[in-house]
Amino acid sequence: MLKVSASPHIRSLRTTRAIMLDVIIALVPAMIAAFLIFGPRSLAIIAVSVAAAVLTEFLSNLAMKRDQSIGDLTAVVTGLLLAYGLPASLPLWMVALGAAVAIGAAKMLFGGLGDNFANPAITGRVFLAVSFGSQMSNSVVLGRFAKAGLSSDLISQAAAVAVAADTDLVSQATPLAVARNMVEGDVPDYLTLFLGNHAGMIGEVSVLALLIGVLWLLLRGVIDLWIPLSMIIPTILLGWLAGGDPLMHLMSGGLIIGAFFMATDYVTSPITVKGKIIFGVGCGLLTFMMRMYSGMPEGVSYAILIMNILTPHINNWTKPITMGGEKHAS
Amino acid sequence: MLLIRRSHRGVHPPENKNTRGIAIKRLDNFDIISIPLDMQIGPGSTPLVAKGDTVLVGQRIGEPMGGWSVPVHSSVSGIVESVKKEIMSDGDVIEYVTIINDHGYVVSPDVKPPQINNRDDFIAALRDSGLVGLGGAAFPTFVKQNPPPYKDIDLLIINAAECEPYITSDHRIMLDFPDEVIAGCMIAASWLSIKQVIIGVEDNKPDVKKPLEEAIRAYPRRESDTDIEIKIKVLPTLYPTGAEKVLVNKLTGRVVPMGGLPADVGVIVQNVTTIAFISAYMKTGMPLIRKVITLDGSAAAEPGNYDVPVGAHIEDVIEAAGGTRTKPGKIIMGGPMMGTAIDELSRPVLLQTNAILILSEEDAILPKEIACISCGECVRACPMILQPTSLDKAARRLDVDTLDKEYVLNCIECGCCSYVCPSKRYLVQNIVIGKGLVRDAQKRGEVD
Repeated sequence: MLKVSASPHIRSLRTTRAIMLDVIIALVPAMIAAFLIFGPRSLAIIAVSVAAAVLTEFLSNLAMKRDQSIGDLTAVVTGLLLAYGLPASLPLWMVALGAAVAIGAAKMLFGGLGDNFANPAITGRVFLAVSFGSQMSNSVVLGRFAKAGLSSDLISQAAAVAVAADTDLVSQATPLAVARNMVEGDVPDYLTLFLGNHAGMIGEVSVLALLIGVLWLLLRGVIDLWIPLSMIIPTILLGWLAGGDPLMHLMSGGLIIGAFFMATDYVTSPITVKGKIIFGVGCGLLTFMMRMYSGMPEGVSYAILIMNILTPHINNWTKPITMGGEKHAS
Repeated sequence: MLLIRRSHRGVHPPENKNTRGIAIKRLDNFDIISIPLDMQIGPGSTPLVAKGDTVLVGQRIGEPMGGWSVPVHSSVSGIVESVKKEIMSDGDVIEYVTIINDHGYVVSPDVKPPQINNRDDFIAALRDSGLVGLGGAAFPTFVKQNPPPYKDIDLLIINAAECEPYITSDHRIMLDFPDEVIAGCMIAASWLSIKQVIIGVEDNKPDVKKPLEEAIRAYPRRESDTDIEIKIKVLPTLYPTGAEKVLVNKLTGRVVPMGGLPADVGVIVQNVTTIAFISAYMKTGMPLIRKVITLDGSAAAEPGNYDVPVGAHIEDVIEAAGGTRTKPGKIIMGGPMMGTAIDELSRPVLLQTNAILILSEEDAILPKEIACISCGECVRACPMILQPTSLDKAARRLDVDTLDKEYVLNCIECGCCSYVCPSKRYLVQNIVIGKGLVRDAQKRGEVD
């Protein structure tokens, strides 16, 4: 029997699974950095987050009687990105809950891969931030990287709920919180910000480790720089115009991981170059505004989440005109 | 460029031009020949022969039915076994003439060089030759070479891109018959009163430049063609360079309007083998009855270029060309990007067949599609600047308005979108269905 099918009869070797594997590889340096800066507990958080994300997708597929989709590795990526935005002190059951919400509510309830309108990892993180505010803002770091005399009232409160077992971890204000005078303390120098050996979220702190991953994604053609650059430039430019330190804005908080790893999520970002620029600039403006005027020290997650919601509209506004065609009145 | 992924507007699949160095081999030993009476775009022909009739090589066996039709000729001499209708691989019901080959290859006395004194004679001769576009589309050449007078044609483009993987038959024609190619250009250009000819070649065939340039120098120019300029332009290898609208755009920068033809921007595009045939026909008068095809693919035992009579059964061609190495899983007429998979080994070689690809069972496995992740690969690959992912989704939900608004009818069905999709989605396959939905709606007057 000869097989009959419509052309084309050949397909490229590139698969969605391979793309996700590239993203996972790109996130490995940040995982190593997390271990060095936050100790073994960071690995426990990552493991729980990934396991809960994959398990939630597995069970959702069972419940919905769908083909199993965990093999595409997208749940692993979500689990990693969620974990990277959490403090090392967060109780593990909260990590698992966050991952379950990320995959279960933000992704599977909307139809699974490709149909979710919001980035699952960011949704999970925002869910945790609004549900467990003090635990989520209890930024910690291994004692040897802590600077003496940085504790403040805010941090003291948070320290009260810190995980007792992790005696190595001490509470410490994040650089952004210090810069915004939310707490007292010194902003770390540029080298510390670049290497990441200061308090913060486990996967966000090391700019060096993240940029190694970014280089891999660029080399493999997984992402391009339209979204990251159009997000980063307005953020640091406006931060500078508002009297801030542009390099501090660039290297602190979630800007690097947000711009390169979260805002570039295919499913929840626009397709065309024009759309990517609109999306990126929107993310940048909102990040700046939240860093400047909101009650929170950080705004990258919320900025991306809001632009995620606008993505279908941006895609509609930026439909290309075909070769030899005329623009339709819409 | 590392930082910015450009829209490459095309794809570069493995070229697999394995047969480019293999000279054309003539195959004649076919006992049965089946010639369909409709191989072209537009209505075909009605039979001129009946069961039991004797036919000769080059004899007309199908009389054109409509204004766009070309006659059909016998490729062998022998006895007509049957004239009947059958469902072909693409689902069309087509009448075809089956001939028992007497292996004598006696040429019909009707075959003689055409007498051409004016343009009308030239167009009539093209029609009599049975020539259709041999790049694959089978558009009647006499129609293409006779554009309406209000279209101001100033350029003849010879499509020698041969951008489909595997196929090297056009490449071989240029290497083995450069004089015919150039003579064909001169003849067509002079009757069309065109002064400029561009031969567009992909840069994976650099060896054709020298023989073609030599042929241009050696061509004995007459008064009518002294001022015709033939240029060879080399383009980067990128499928689908050879798609008519894409080629015109790449060579001239002109943009063929949606729904229009190259003639709308002053260009006539002709495949290189088609143009070489014009020259040969003017010399001999032998109509189009043989084709050079590339036989290749993972299950082909002896890949090569074979000169076979039109109507030869594919199974016989494969056997005459050394058979298969493993059990075939899929057989494609044409290239792997746009060719047609055939359902029966007894299907005949057609006028426009330029390749037979035999894929192993392993290579015939169809990929399982998963959800679209909106990566934009298809959008960057589309040579027509469409959004295949959006058209695919619209087609699946039968959304005619969106399909129409997003220019689905401008899709050239090149398959780049499906090729690049990492989720292995059946994009172009659904978009083609979407084109049908819009055309039906147009007939019902529901969309413009």
